[in-house]
Amino acid sequence: MDDAGTIIAFYVLAGMTIGSALGVVVVRNLIHAVIALIGTFAGLAGLFVTLSADFIAITQILIYIGAISILFLFAIVLTPQSGRNNQETFLRFPALALSGLVLAVLVYVAVDTKWNVTEQDGFAETAGTIGELLLDKYVLPFEIASVLLLVAVLGSIVLVRPEPAEED
Amino acid sequence: MSVDLEHYLIVGAILFSIGLYLTVAKRNFVGVLMGIEMMFNAVNLTFIAFSRFAESDQPLAGHVFVVFVITVAAAEAATALALAVMVYRTRDTVNVDEIDLLKW
Repeated sequence: MDDAGTIIAFYVLAGMTIGSALGVVVVRNLIHAVIALIGTFAGLAGLFVTLSADFIAITQILIYIGAISILFLFAIVLTPQSGRNNQETFLRFPALALSGLVLAVLVYVAVDTKWNVTEQDGFAETAGTIGELLLDKYVLPFEIASVLLLVAVLGSIVLVRPEPAEED
Repeated sequence: MSVDLEHYLIVGAILFSIGLYLTVAKRNFVGVLMGIEMMFNAVNLTFIAFSRFAESDQPLAGHVFVVFVITVAAAEAATALALAVMVYRTRDTVNVDEIDLLKW
C-alpha cells in the first residue's frame, strides 16, 4: 500500500466522501441533499476498491446508488406538501456537541490503539470466497436475511397501499 | 508516507459523526433517514478496513458481515420510507417536530 497512486486515490476519495457528506448537511434543498448523498456513496465505493473489496464495492454501487437513492427521491416527491427544505430543529447545537464528542472519542481510539496489523497485501479476488462462506458457514444468517427481506417488502407494500374501497 | 488502517478508521469516524448529526438535528424525516444510511456506510467502511488490515484466520468474514449489514439497511430504508409516506398521508407533514401526537 505504498505506491503513490494508492495514496492519491485514498485522499481524493476520502475528500470526495467527506465533502459530499458535509454537503448533505449544508444544502438547503432535499433533492440536492440526495445528490450529495450519492456522491458520498460513490466515494465509499471507491474506498472499498482501494481496500481490495471488489464485491462489496459493486454491491455498494448497485444497492446504495442504484436502489436506496432512488427510494429517497421517491419518498421526497411523494411528500410534496411538507416542503423541500432541509432545515435543522432546535436540537442543532446539542447534536453538534454530541457528534463532536463521538468524533473525538473515535479518532482518539483509532490513533491511540496499537492495532495488530497484518503485513500481507490485499485479496486477489473476494467474490468467490464470499459466496462459499455465505452458503457454507453463514448459511443460517443468509436464510434469515432472505426472510427479513421478504417481510420488509410485504410490510412496505401493506403500509403504502391505499385503503380498499368498502364492498357492499 | 503510506495509507494505513488509521486513515480509514478516521474517515469512518468522521462519516459516522456527520451521520449522527444529521439523524439528531434534521427536521425532515427523509433527512434523518439519510443520516442513518450514512452511519451504516461508516460502519461498513470500518469493517472492510479491519478485514483488509487486521491479522485474522478468516479475513473475509468481515466482508460477509458487510453483506448482511447492507441487506438489513436496505430492508430498513424500504420500511422507513413507506412509514414516512403513510405518516404524510394522515398528517400532511413529515417534519419530526410536528409529529407530536404522543406528546402530553
